[in-house]
Amino acid sequence: MKHLLSTKELDAATAVGILDVADDMAATQQREVKKLPTLRGKTVVNLFFEDSTRTRISFEAAAKRLSADVISFAAKGSSVSKGESLQDTAQTLEAIGADGIVLRHSSSGAPAVLARSGWVSASIVNAGDGTHEHPTQALLDAFTLRRRLHGDAGRGRDLDGVSVLIVGDILHSRVARSNVWLLATLGAHVTLVGPPTLLPHGIGDWPVTVGTDLDAGIAEGPDAVMMLRVQKERMSDAFFPSAREYAAGWGLNGARFRALPGRTLVMHPGPMNRGFEIASEAADSPQSTVREQVANGVATRMAALYLTLAGGAA
Amino acid sequence: MTTYLIAGATLADGRTADIVLDGGIVAEVGTGLSRAGATRVDAAGLLALPGLVDLHTHLRQPGGEGSETVLSGSRAAAAGGYTAVSAMANTDPVADTASAVEQVQALGDAAGYVTVRPIGAVTRGLEGTQLADLGAMARSRARVRMFSDDGLCVADPLLMRRALEYIGGLGGVLAQHAQEPRLTVGAQLNEGPVSAELGLAGWPAVAEESIIARDVLLAQHTGARLHVCHLSTAGAVEIVRWAKARGIAVTAEVTPHHLLLTDRLAEGYDARFKVNPPLRGDGDVAAVRAGLADGTIDAVATDHAPHPADSKSAEWSAAANGMVGLESALSVVHEAMVETGLLDWAGVERVMSLAPARIGDIRGQGEPIAAGSSPELVLYDPAVRRDFSETQLHGRSRNSPYLGRSLPGRVIATFHRGAPTVLDGALLPVEEVAARG
Repeated sequence: MKHLLSTKELDAATAVGILDVADDMAATQQREVKKLPTLRGKTVVNLFFEDSTRTRISFEAAAKRLSADVISFAAKGSSVSKGESLQDTAQTLEAIGADGIVLRHSSSGAPAVLARSGWVSASIVNAGDGTHEHPTQALLDAFTLRRRLHGDAGRGRDLDGVSVLIVGDILHSRVARSNVWLLATLGAHVTLVGPPTLLPHGIGDWPVTVGTDLDAGIAEGPDAVMMLRVQKERMSDAFFPSAREYAAGWGLNGARFRALPGRTLVMHPGPMNRGFEIASEAADSPQSTVREQVANGVATRMAALYLTLAGGAA
Repeated sequence: MTTYLIAGATLADGRTADIVLDGGIVAEVGTGLSRAGATRVDAAGLLALPGLVDLHTHLRQPGGEGSETVLSGSRAAAAGGYTAVSAMANTDPVADTASAVEQVQALGDAAGYVTVRPIGAVTRGLEGTQLADLGAMARSRARVRMFSDDGLCVADPLLMRRALEYIGGLGGVLAQHAQEPRLTVGAQLNEGPVSAELGLAGWPAVAEESIIARDVLLAQHTGARLHVCHLSTAGAVEIVRWAKARGIAVTAEVTPHHLLLTDRLAEGYDARFKVNPPLRGDGDVAAVRAGLADGTIDAVATDHAPHPADSKSAEWSAAANGMVGLESALSVVHEAMVETGLLDWAGVERVMSLAPARIGDIRGQGEPIAAGSSPELVLYDPAVRRDFSETQLHGRSRNSPYLGRSLPGRVIATFHRGAPTVLDGALLPVEEVAARG
């Protein structure tokens, strides 16, 4: 595939294929020499219009382990404001000879605009665009789920029948959107729970169950609970009355965590607000996948870069 | 002055007639007419409608000459069959003083392609805090009768009340851009399934409808006239219908794009489809069509909003709102309203010429073609289809949502003050039109 812009556009076979390549990449990471020659001579630019150290270093590690040359470009602002426009920045990178652009942007759809623009010939990997999608995060989440549930027998499998409860600020979450499409495509049952103010208007046709009662969601005994990071500044925008009230209603506190079956996985894309949306008791438990998600992120992003840049079929 | 004999045209009511333009009026309408020395224009198979009148045109001058000027916008208008446009006040500087509106009026008169009627700002600098020089603009040579802060809503309810009262006293009309600002902070796209999926901040219908509901009640209370700009939602149609049934002095306009296009077009994040108010859903399109057909919505207005290419090729949230629409409006109304059987050509004449001229108090415009009427008309070939392309845009900007789309019909000729501005489908040269004075 030429670009990875969203999970909405992935069919099940392609998605499973990406997870299988990620499996291969993860296997190489168990070796003493982790570096593969696959992308030698290719240049990957991490173009970040929005700060995100975690995502950037994950992509950077992934590209370096594939022997690509990596350039990190922290651009400021967006066009029309005094910052650099997407077009000018992209054309600069094209002149430098970028083969791949990993784009993080605060404006939803910026990777799609860049991919369609004709400004660059590079492959585009969406590393998070506004409140739209964050496809590699969803892929690493699916990868993590498949590994935990099926172990080495996961290869070639989807997530048929797996139930996942996603909790928090759905409205502003690109992680939630990417997970909704990918998990549904892979056959999982997704339930979204959050305060009514943080559930998007117009999701009646999404392939999910929607609710506002976290305890009811927990009582269903899902296979995984994915807690989303909640920006505390949403409080000043009156999405909820106070941090305490949010935590009481939608935080995975100790009592709720203990009410979950022992098999339920606890996921979080990080960085966590401990004691707010998630209690340390949950985050640090054996059921937690938080650190695996980070490790799996590198393997999944290696797969994404390999498939888009080396022209492989997933 | 040249006399014209337009032969064999079909009028809006279906009659076939010859039309003689002579001495600054429509001299004669009938069959088998002849006139010695007249220039003959064969109009067999062509519709003759009174020149189109636009209540909502962004001509961008002064301040935005990179995207449009009064002259370039006038040419775009003539090419689309218009003989009058209303220049919106959100220029730089804002048209909030007598001298500002007189300047726009003078530029329009000098260009000569269409009647240019300046709209005055409601509030100084469009800032929504202090009334602009309303009386001075009304009494100026530009004789302003329509006032609008378009682009921004007169949101403060007390200021809106005062503005309605004051403008009512001047015999004018306040054209409101209905958008509750707090409900649309950062808004990017109609709030609904598409905005949810694309992760674009929603522009909810209620933000438009709540202002219209408030404003019709203020119009009732003050007895002043209210005009609703670019009405776009099903709920807004219902509110205006209710207000009219109660006898409130409200009129409303809808844009061609809200009659034809929906928010689904935003799915590729192509900012050509970014506009304010945003493209809405299928139900809204059906409702505004029905409202236009039954007279709830009085007029079609283009909201012609030119922007340079840079501000449309950007990522969605950084891109500018607006579409050019003068050259495509009649074809879009043809497709959305006539081909669907919702309006006949008499209905098109009403919503694109007669009603807007009446609402804007634009003299010498919007008169059914008859002996003695103003010599303002458009000849339109309804039988052809065309692929809408950049060659059909005559303003300075290219931000049309219809490029690459097939549209019905074509403007063959436009006559303004008895003389052609468009003939054989082509605009007449700038110098020739300007020289008519």
